[in-house]
Amino acid sequence: MGRLDPLFARTREEGRGALIGYLPAGFPTVDGSAELLRGMVDAGCDLVEVGVPYSDPVMDGPVIQAAADTALRAGFRLRDLFTTVEAVASAGGRAVVMTYWNPVFRYGVDAFARDLAAAGGLGLITPDLIPDEGADWIAASAAHDLDRIFLVAPSSSEERIALTVAASSGFVYATAVMGVTGARDQVGTSAEGLVARTRAHTALPIGVGLGVRSGAQAAEVASFADAVIVGSAFVTKATEHGVEGVRALAAELAEGVRKSPSTIG
Amino acid sequence: MSAQETSTGAPDPNAAGPHDPDERGHFGPYGGRFMPEALIGALDELSAEYDKARLDPEFTAEFARLLRDYAGRPSLLTEAPRFAEHAGGARVFLKREDLNHTGSHKINNVLGQALLTKRMGKQRVIAETGAGQHGVATATACALMGLDCVVYMGEVDTERQALNVARMKLLGAEVIPVKSGSRTLKDAINEALRDWVTNVDTTHYLLGTAAGGHPFPVMVRNFHKVIGMEARAQFLDQTGRLPDAVAACVGGGSNAIGIFHGFIDDPGVRLVGIEPGGKGIETGEHGATLGHGSPGTLHGAMSYLLQDEDGQTTEAYSISAGLDYPGVGPEHSWLKDTGRAEYRSATDDEAMHAFRLLSRTEGIIPAIESSHALAGALKLGQELGPDGYLLVNLSGRGDKDMDTAAKYFGFYEES
Ligand SMILES: Cc1ncc(COP(=O)(O)O)c(C=O)c1O
Repeated sequence: MGRLDPLFARTREEGRGALIGYLPAGFPTVDGSAELLRGMVDAGCDLVEVGVPYSDPVMDGPVIQAAADTALRAGFRLRDLFTTVEAVASAGGRAVVMTYWNPVFRYGVDAFARDLAAAGGLGLITPDLIPDEGADWIAASAAHDLDRIFLVAPSSSEERIALTVAASSGFVYATAVMGVTGARDQVGTSAEGLVARTRAHTALPIGVGLGVRSGAQAAEVASFADAVIVGSAFVTKATEHGVEGVRALAAELAEGVRKSPSTIG
Repeated sequence: MSAQETSTGAPDPNAAGPHDPDERGHFGPYGGRFMPEALIGALDELSAEYDKARLDPEFTAEFARLLRDYAGRPSLLTEAPRFAEHAGGARVFLKREDLNHTGSHKINNVLGQALLTKRMGKQRVIAETGAGQHGVATATACALMGLDCVVYMGEVDTERQALNVARMKLLGAEVIPVKSGSRTLKDAINEALRDWVTNVDTTHYLLGTAAGGHPFPVMVRNFHKVIGMEARAQFLDQTGRLPDAVAACVGGGSNAIGIFHGFIDDPGVRLVGIEPGGKGIETGEHGATLGHGSPGTLHGAMSYLLQDEDGQTTEAYSISAGLDYPGVGPEHSWLKDTGRAEYRSATDDEAMHAFRLLSRTEGIIPAIESSHALAGALKLGQELGPDGYLLVNLSGRGDKDMDTAAKYFGFYEES
């Protein structure tokens, strides 16, 4: 049983996509990020991804790079991640963590899983850890009852999709386009094809991320995916308009994911 | 002809052997692929192509021909007796990678990967560069083979290596200054990876050192093995024996791994890597990854790296742009842990002393990177004494470093 199963059971029942919002912990400050994340939950995010600011974010475009930089310069430490997750969980929100691998490895994979679970986190999204290298994490996530969200990409072969979904729990993260994070005008046709290819290998829910920024795009993505993942657009709103900005965007996106009937039902 | 030998009877640097990583690129606990899934397809494609090419006589012959007729190999082995007087009287021999076309060892790997790019039917090449030597070598090979070339270079490095920026532009490459992070080699690699994940269908990432996700570390090593194989034969020829120690500078580790592999199965030969000690290890401003780092993942592989308690990469420092890198190739981590190689450091001042010393005693101006190996050799020579035999990899020439050197030695003030 995955920790996120009840969430997706509900969104499927409601015939809609789930809305997943991303923001880095510690951005713009540790307390500030907790407030922003709670605002996102209040305004309609079914799940938040709490990002770990990292010195070498090779999968991120300029917006998230700058946010990570801000957080690190403001003195973000890894222990602040757990307090941030706790703040979301204690306010009734659901949180998973999204992190590059080295901070987890350095902290100690089992210790990280233990502390994340204790903080009320539900799982981990690992953009630069493939299941092939993930034996320690697979063991630790099983021991501490956390979901493992691995990524598939338009360039993934059928074998790799099969291997990746077999190692995943909670949901599978489909990167919509080949490229780094950042809001885009179009999510790209590769996303729908990738979701279809992934469905052939798993009954797990599939979330689509990379590029979504508007309610209309959210509706479009929700028509073929189980969850819509939004990152850079939230970071931009937080930078420009603070909590009100992220609340407004979450509300717009939450409406978007309800406009189109989910393909699952 | 066995699989291990070429038609001339010499060992084949491309052959598989006991020092290869496992199928998924692990050297013991190091290496592997800590990479986004989006790039795994490209790494698989590259692995498959490389595995075919390394066994394909047509490929290996074409590579050997380019090394000979274009890069100018074999490079010389030059004894440095006047320099050696300062090294405890040990005999010192220099492997002259500075004499290769484009002025450093980098051309070996670049020609190999450029040939692979053609085989894969890709038209666009991207690369990172620190000192600019790898960027120049890549721009050169792309000009030779008619490939489009984009080079990412930290903004700090575009300033301290302005001459190489001009060379790349003349050769037809686009040079993109990287303004993120520490604005040096590490960030140039980040930016190149971001480009690659976006354009992977048309683009080969021509990584310039023996680091990164599998197959880069083993492939880059094998393209540079020619350094060690030539040097071993030349050393035997000139002295009738093997060296007591082989010294090479270590940035990402490509010139070092290339020369080390000529001697890896000679247990009597010490393999000594010299890392940049910067302003002194105690100042924290250095790039001594193996000596003072700890294991972790960066740029696709598990290896030693400079990091803080939270696993954030910390900034390296060296007077030499080519060594200013907080990571290192995974095979070096393995050689360190197994004890087959040892790693020391030389400070900026020690390297600059050796830089001037070689210039004045032998009439050879070394790259500042290579000067770290020379500084290491001065100490090793003292330890070995007059009976010692030393081989130093002179990985590149120092023309590109004249501005740094002129400032360091105060030449501009004198004139
Ligand atoms: C002349 C020279 N030597 C050494 C290096 C360091 O690289 P590596 O450790 O991969 O040999 C460089 C890198 O730019 C270089 O230009």
